[in-house]
Amino acid sequence: METLPTLWFIIIAFFWTGYLFLEGFDLGVGMLMRGFARNNTERRVLLNTVGPVWDGNEVWLVTAGAATFAAFPHWYASLFSALYLPLVFVLLALIFRAVAFEYRGKMDSDRWRNAWDWAIVLGSLVAAFGVGAMLALTTTGLPLNENGDRVGGPFAWFNGYAVLGGLAVVFFCIVHAAAFLALKTDGDIRTRARKLLLRWLPVALLPLALWAVAVVVAGGKSVTYVTLLLAVLGAAFAWMMARRERDGWSFGGLGVFLLAGTATIFTAVFPNVLPSTIDSAYNLTVTSASSSDYTLGVMSVIAAFGIPAVLVYQGYTYWVFRKRVSASSIPAAHAVVPQ
Amino acid sequence: MEALEIARWQFGVTTVYHFLMVPLTIGLGLTVAVMQTAWYRTGKDQYLRMTKFWGKLFLINFIMGVATGLVQEFQFGMAWSEYSRFVGDVFGAPLALESLLAFFVESIFLGLWIFGWGRLPKAIHLLSIWAASLATMGSAYFILAANSWMQHPVGVEMIDGRPVMVDIWAVLTNNTLLVAYPHTLFGAFSVAGGFLLGISWYHLWKRRRDEIDTVGPDGKVIVGSKPAIGRDAADHKVWLRSLRIGAVVAMVSFGGVALTGDLQSKLMFEQQPMKMAAAEAACHDGTGFSILSVGDLGSNDCDDLVAVVELPGLLSFLANGDFTTEIRGINSLLPEYQEKFGTHLPDNPIYGERAGTEIDYVPVMEVTYWGFRMMITFGMLAAGAALIALWIVRKGTVPQSKWLMRLAVFGILAPFGANSAGWIFTEMGRQPFVVAPNPDPNGIDNVFMFTAAAVSPGVSLAELIFSLAAFALVYGVLLVVEVKLLFAYCRGGVPSAMPELLHEDKDDDGDEGPGRRKDDDDVLAFAY
Repeated sequence: METLPTLWFIIIAFFWTGYLFLEGFDLGVGMLMRGFARNNTERRVLLNTVGPVWDGNEVWLVTAGAATFAAFPHWYASLFSALYLPLVFVLLALIFRAVAFEYRGKMDSDRWRNAWDWAIVLGSLVAAFGVGAMLALTTTGLPLNENGDRVGGPFAWFNGYAVLGGLAVVFFCIVHAAAFLALKTDGDIRTRARKLLLRWLPVALLPLALWAVAVVVAGGKSVTYVTLLLAVLGAAFAWMMARRERDGWSFGGLGVFLLAGTATIFTAVFPNVLPSTIDSAYNLTVTSASSSDYTLGVMSVIAAFGIPAVLVYQGYTYWVFRKRVSASSIPAAHAVVPQ
Repeated sequence: MEALEIARWQFGVTTVYHFLMVPLTIGLGLTVAVMQTAWYRTGKDQYLRMTKFWGKLFLINFIMGVATGLVQEFQFGMAWSEYSRFVGDVFGAPLALESLLAFFVESIFLGLWIFGWGRLPKAIHLLSIWAASLATMGSAYFILAANSWMQHPVGVEMIDGRPVMVDIWAVLTNNTLLVAYPHTLFGAFSVAGGFLLGISWYHLWKRRRDEIDTVGPDGKVIVGSKPAIGRDAADHKVWLRSLRIGAVVAMVSFGGVALTGDLQSKLMFEQQPMKMAAAEAACHDGTGFSILSVGDLGSNDCDDLVAVVELPGLLSFLANGDFTTEIRGINSLLPEYQEKFGTHLPDNPIYGERAGTEIDYVPVMEVTYWGFRMMITFGMLAAGAALIALWIVRKGTVPQSKWLMRLAVFGILAPFGANSAGWIFTEMGRQPFVVAPNPDPNGIDNVFMFTAAAVSPGVSLAELIFSLAAFALVYGVLLVVEVKLLFAYCRGGVPSAMPELLHEDKDDDGDEGPGRRKDDDDVLAFAY
């Protein structure tokens, strides 16, 4: 076992977990923009709970991708090229979603808002599903040849795990968003968010739990049984706290579930970073996919300063925007002045 | 058609598009930060208005840059997996540094800035736009470090056929980077300068058209006021000051672009002589800079080219700083490249259909020759126009001519054109290499990669065609939307970014106008 590649495997797992935890609720809020939110004011309440923070959350994805490129170029190259088509859709979804957040309120017209609402809903849904599928496949394997290239055509990646992972992240995002909204809004929306959380939490966490169980059964280590148990306890705690209307605690419980769940999955597959379903000799591992020790060393030094700094100033923004958002805090629609 | 061609088109289309937003983001970000600083220090109303108005346009543009930037980072792995494997050890690091040290700062502090009006202490709010703006420039540094490494690989040793980083400092202080960085930043500022100038001109012109401002017998402006539509006397100050700032920024940046461009071209004559020869369509060794070469550039055949107008000695000056050194042309460089890197691509499956085919070491001259000239011409036009504009507005407003106004607005495009042309030139001029070999007297530089070997072997032509079409379509639609939104907000002027300007009177009457909640603590000062 080599120290630096292992450290970077942990750091990348940390970035993915951070991404799912943070963007998890803003993706979920995006999916709830239609259906759950009943009118324009409610939609704006939802939008403004994540307005100041969603972009910072998304950088966790960018950083996860870039860190993978730098630390494990072979992992990055094989995974991203094998999942070419789904990633195209993830990118298009993220593009639409980002632009929609910023543009939706910039014209005062129902047609305009409608179009961007759907861009947010579908963008969030597709992005969450795609990221989930990608993470599930990197832990369960892809049909890769000796060179790490996909064989079998554009859809060779598609299997039950892709669907399971996609659903796992989508469902997690929805309940995570419900817990977040219970914490961040007031009035009717808060009540409904609590109901949504209470009703759907047990079902919604199942796919992620199943995915974790699947990788543990396939290659688990004893410690993964502990983390798996911790994940289940986190989920149960979240649900109990939701029943008592302790919003902060239930949100925290979901966080424990996610952290323990991803820890289980990544630990179970270690030292593989991307198994090959064709021949286990072609598996990409922490050592076979990694960059040189020099590169990893340089990056470690920078990460040692960079990551704590990010946590501090990102934490600060959450503190600045800690107030609840409710229908009464939404200003009048901001129309561009016709001249 | 082969996958390589489509993958290259896709990279070109998505990158050129992304780089329409980037320079405006970098240039306008700093401009807005300076405007807000002026407001913070003087408390003058016009600076607040400038901050809000240009800040709004900045945001409309910024988000498009963010959204399209995601594609940039993912597509190396998606479409260029062999490239990613080959360079990952050295190329990934600057990208990771970019997201960890710059992109986080940019996104998070911009969120603070957008929603922090009226909520953050003024100094912290000002600090957040500075942090975001400086971070965009930090991003540019790391991205250019990655790109410069492709132009001039440094800080690596070849181990098992792959470059392995041995010196990050060398990568981050690559001499190619040290000139490309200021060149790119000045290019970005020239975009912002032209943007400020064109839009401000339009508003000054509109104030004259609507007979709010008039001109006295001495030619000096007599500023009028129509507060009901937000066009009071302070409004005039906003546009006049913005116009002057824009013009000065455009001129200063052009100076910077020219100086750094000169350094850069001297470096390129050393590092990638073929690129510079192709920029000149210079077949034979010589000293003259071609003003016009005719013949069939497209055939890429040296025998078909005739330089019609040449400035003797200028090329030597660009390359060497004197007027007499002979600069080597394509005909004398070609055998050298062929000897060093072979006449045919190796018979290796990594080259796909191109394995074993002859290597064309001459970049597409139509593109390099005209790209180089368009970059310079657009840059000079913009700077010249800025100088003239500054002189025209010396008495405080612009003429009533509609055509002049249209020219000023249309002129916004010139620096964009210069930026795109420059990048297309420098990237296409590097072909057929994706990582360019540099002739190095020290002999450590034999790091290179043919573009033909860089594409993802597992990705099919159909997938690439689909994604290229999808990106092109979505980017096209979003460009229309962005431009539409920019136009609407430009036309609307300051009140579009500050609706409270129009409702101040109503507030005093206790009227229930949309601005009524201004002092209410619970209502967000800004909301999506």
